[in-house]
Amino acid sequence: MEDWRRTPLVFWVTSLPPTLWLVVFFLIPLALVWVMSFGELDGLIDIKITGTLANYARALDPLYLEVFGKSLVFAGFTTVISLLVGFPVALAIVFASPRWRPILLLLVILPFWTNLLIRTYALIAVLRVRGFANFSLEWLWDQGNTVLALMGLGSYQLLGDRFEPLELLYNNTAVVIGLVYVHMPFMILPLYAALERLDRSLIEAALDLGASQFRAFLTVVVPLALPGIISGGILVFIPALGSFLTPDLLGGTDSQMIANVIERQFKGANDWPFGAALSFLLMYLTFAALTVRALVNRRAERRGGA
Amino acid sequence: MSTETTPIVEINGVSKRFGSFAAVDNVTLSIGQGEFFALLGPSGCGKTTLLRMLAGLELPTEGRLIIDGQDMSGVPANQRPVNMVFQSYAVFPHMSVLDNVGYGLKVSGVQRPEIRERAQEALALVKLGDFGQRMPDQLSGGQRQRVALARALVKRPKVLLLDEPLSALDAKLREQMRLELVNLQETVGITFVIVTHDQDEALSMASRIAVMEAGQVRQLAPPAELYEFPKTRFVADFIGSVNMFEGRVEAVEKDVIRLACPGLERPIEVEQTDTPPVGATAWAALRPEKIEISKEPPSDPTENATPGRIEEITYLGEVSIYHVRVSEALPLVKVAMANVDRVTRRPFTWEDEVYLSWTRQCGVVLDR
Repeated sequence: MEDWRRTPLVFWVTSLPPTLWLVVFFLIPLALVWVMSFGELDGLIDIKITGTLANYARALDPLYLEVFGKSLVFAGFTTVISLLVGFPVALAIVFASPRWRPILLLLVILPFWTNLLIRTYALIAVLRVRGFANFSLEWLWDQGNTVLALMGLGSYQLLGDRFEPLELLYNNTAVVIGLVYVHMPFMILPLYAALERLDRSLIEAALDLGASQFRAFLTVVVPLALPGIISGGILVFIPALGSFLTPDLLGGTDSQMIANVIERQFKGANDWPFGAALSFLLMYLTFAALTVRALVNRRAERRGGA
Repeated sequence: MSTETTPIVEINGVSKRFGSFAAVDNVTLSIGQGEFFALLGPSGCGKTTLLRMLAGLELPTEGRLIIDGQDMSGVPANQRPVNMVFQSYAVFPHMSVLDNVGYGLKVSGVQRPEIRERAQEALALVKLGDFGQRMPDQLSGGQRQRVALARALVKRPKVLLLDEPLSALDAKLREQMRLELVNLQETVGITFVIVTHDQDEALSMASRIAVMEAGQVRQLAPPAELYEFPKTRFVADFIGSVNMFEGRVEAVEKDVIRLACPGLERPIEVEQTDTPPVGATAWAALRPEKIEISKEPPSDPTENATPGRIEEITYLGEVSIYHVRVSEALPLVKVAMANVDRVTRRPFTWEDEVYLSWTRQCGVVLDR
């Protein structure tokens, strides 16, 4: 790590381009937006930087706090559901035969090869009233009725007199389903990385010492996969928190997330200073989530867990 | 201790096949209560698979395993009265030493004060009494192994299974741990079954050894018997060092076999009760330390003797190995001699013309 001291020229030459890139395309625009968040509109397009805190005060209005809260809840649900679904998947991949493992991993990352917009529209085709989910349910309903008729119970209409399609789209559930679908690989991959490193004989030792499969899972697998769980959680939570496309396309009128509101400030409402303030509040929330991870990690290290 | 004591483990025609490959091939043996039993063999001989089947971590394709009179078919690993010390030790890295040792008791529903007491007791047994609060990454390899031992022993198993327990330790520590394991076994009185590829380890610790090759037990005997009276060339060669002379059985008179070996002037004579038929191809196996080197031919005419020339000397500290050419047609014969004097005063040196001699009671004749 100290090598760069001996060859400073190489160090500067190699680190200069990325540093410049970051400064020009990331730090400077970010700083501009930050400065903008302390300004106010002057006429239709001009923005005067007055150092006002009015944008932040407005962002703390219950109306927006509710959207922030809703975004946190959506992102939280997305993270928990991704973890609950992703953990068994990651375990299955780890325990699959070496021949199958790359194929299963490929299936996990396959959705990345398709544009998010297309995937989201595909999900609409699945979830809408006359979509594949409801078609399947209707088919099941038909089969159920056939069975009942065969049993001589056909006239009682135990399953209702006609099939009622479920309202799966344009509500909060649709948003969470969409978010889970989009972010699942970000959960599975770090979990896989953590579980793959796990020494199998640790699980065998737990079983050998009398633990049930479930007990061994809870007391050995989960604690040792904790770094993967935290990484996966962060990788899902942060992008989910800032999601904009998924709630826009799959959500109803009351399932808007904070990114949708921000987008509207920059476009429809043409209120850049307020949009900037909301953006930075979202960023502070993200930092808070990262801090929590750092704290948990440090505690895990102090306990000696690797 | 031998088979006369009540068997605690009975392995009955057990096989384990992976596809067409038999890792363990129809093994039948029984292990007595309180024995220190070793499964010895080269890597891939099936010894570890057999041990893992005892633990319930692998299921036999055929055959029955009986532990403490109870058929183990259908009994999962977590309900068997055995515990295992893993080759990698498998000490839980996220738990303190005390929690590691107490784990087996905790999952079995033992009360907290008793867990503490018994775990502490087990740690004292392996001389780690003061290490309870340490985390595994603060321990040396040898200490981690002691934790694994304490963790398995605290459950008071009927049989303790040890999978290559010393292979990850350095030479000095390994020797010390051999002694400690034997003492520990005598203290706790639990049957130990150890898997090892190291013949010294098996010879020095075990009360009986099963030598395995290609999934089968080639010979099962106490260490001295295995060393002095191997039954096959594989066993003779695997346990210790050996000189092998191929020949034809010329005559058998009063339990003395005369084996004519191409390349040797005189046939080799060996006293042995169990003799192959006259005319059969057989091998005389002779341990290097049983051969004597002298300048003159031996005076006793019944002794085996052959002239030769010293071609190579390997110095090993306590002994030197002399590689002697007795015939162009035969490989060099290894002779071990204790370095009683300092090396500079070695009685023989390179290119010396010498006689090799050994009595009829040394060595064995093997027909396979």
